[in-house]
Amino acid sequence: MTVILGWVSGLCLLFGSVLCITGGIGLLRMPDFFSRVHASGVTETLAAPLLLIGLALQMEWSLDLAKVAMILILILATNPTATHAMAKATLHGGQRPLEFDKDKSTGGEGSSKP
Amino acid sequence: MIAIAAIMLTDLFAVVMLFGVYSLLTATLFMDLDAVDVAFTEAAVGAGVTTVLMLSSLHLTKRWEALPRRNPLLALLAVGVTGAALVYAVLDAPLLGDPSAPVHQHVTPRFIEQGLAEVGMPNLVTAVLASYRGYDTFGETVVIFTAGLAVLLLLGIQDDPRLRPGVSAIGDQLVLRSVVKVLLPLILLYGLYVQFHGDFGAGGGFQAGVIFATGFVLYDLVFGEGSARAVVPPGWLHRLAALGVLIYGGVGVYSLLVGRPFLDYSALADDPVHGQHLGVLLVELGVGIAVFSVVLLIFYAFAGRGRRQ
Repeated sequence: MTVILGWVSGLCLLFGSVLCITGGIGLLRMPDFFSRVHASGVTETLAAPLLLIGLALQMEWSLDLAKVAMILILILATNPTATHAMAKATLHGGQRPLEFDKDKSTGGEGSSKP
Repeated sequence: MIAIAAIMLTDLFAVVMLFGVYSLLTATLFMDLDAVDVAFTEAAVGAGVTTVLMLSSLHLTKRWEALPRRNPLLALLAVGVTGAALVYAVLDAPLLGDPSAPVHQHVTPRFIEQGLAEVGMPNLVTAVLASYRGYDTFGETVVIFTAGLAVLLLLGIQDDPRLRPGVSAIGDQLVLRSVVKVLLPLILLYGLYVQFHGDFGAGGGFQAGVIFATGFVLYDLVFGEGSARAVVPPGWLHRLAALGVLIYGGVGVYSLLVGRPFLDYSALADDPVHGQHLGVLLVELGVGIAVFSVVLLIFYAFAGRGRRQ
């Protein structure tokens, strides 16, 4: 049982790390604010909980495990809200998402600054 | 590197965000140095409250930094000379963690060896902060109170007739309101936990006051100025700040009246250790109330003012 738990925990940690890295690359390389916010949202909402689950699977039933579970719930509740708030604030400020014009073959026009 | 970027950028919005990142990194640095209480305070104040307050003050001033009008060479020379002198002075300092350094001699062994027996609480940081060095902490609390006074004198809390409960500047945000409604009791409960658990774990009055105020700031941001001022009227806040300092000073004066030195907690009860517990509890309560009211007061002063424009 502990062997299986060890493997699952390792997989969770690995996936969480990979998602963190892809989130970071997305944050730097995406052309538009909204895609960048989406990339960082993936980092917060999926990568951080995966890392926490990976850590929690390696701990025994104790107060520390309860604290990690509480942190997990808090992150799942607040990070999507923060991403949502950022996107709403940008819309309120007047930026619109970059749109692809299907007629043009190279790139597209957009009304927002990258 | 973050500091260099913060200096080079002229977009003050980005600079405020960089300051928040800088505070968070400093907090992790403090964690690395095993200073949990300080890291806690730095994260709560620097990465949390200060960012919000700086953004509110950005709302009052311009977003883009004005270019310097004079030749900065003289300022650069002054900074360079001072920096070189400081670096030269630091070269003489003992290494980090050197047991024969002067700061680790003198009273520190007594704090470490007899702290638990004399003050009776496992968290030595709180014991030193609130009991052994209680006079310095009293000075810190008065400094915070003075900062609140200065903001009140300079800006004042505007009483705008447009601030009605239920009117929010960002409109009707369903997602934010639902999440904040659920999170807010947890935030306030956590603030209370940090306040009263400072004896045993990381915590204490400063962190608790900041966290508690942050909950109210969040409520203000999402539900609007009017609702927040209906919950905590500004008229209470300067009285609460004064009450916090009064509680702290009152404990000290009570010790004087009983015949012991100022802020000697063993005068508060028959058993000295019991008196220490009681004294630290009252003093941290005073600190928490003062910090909470001053942070909220500064936020009200900044945030309420922007509406006029």
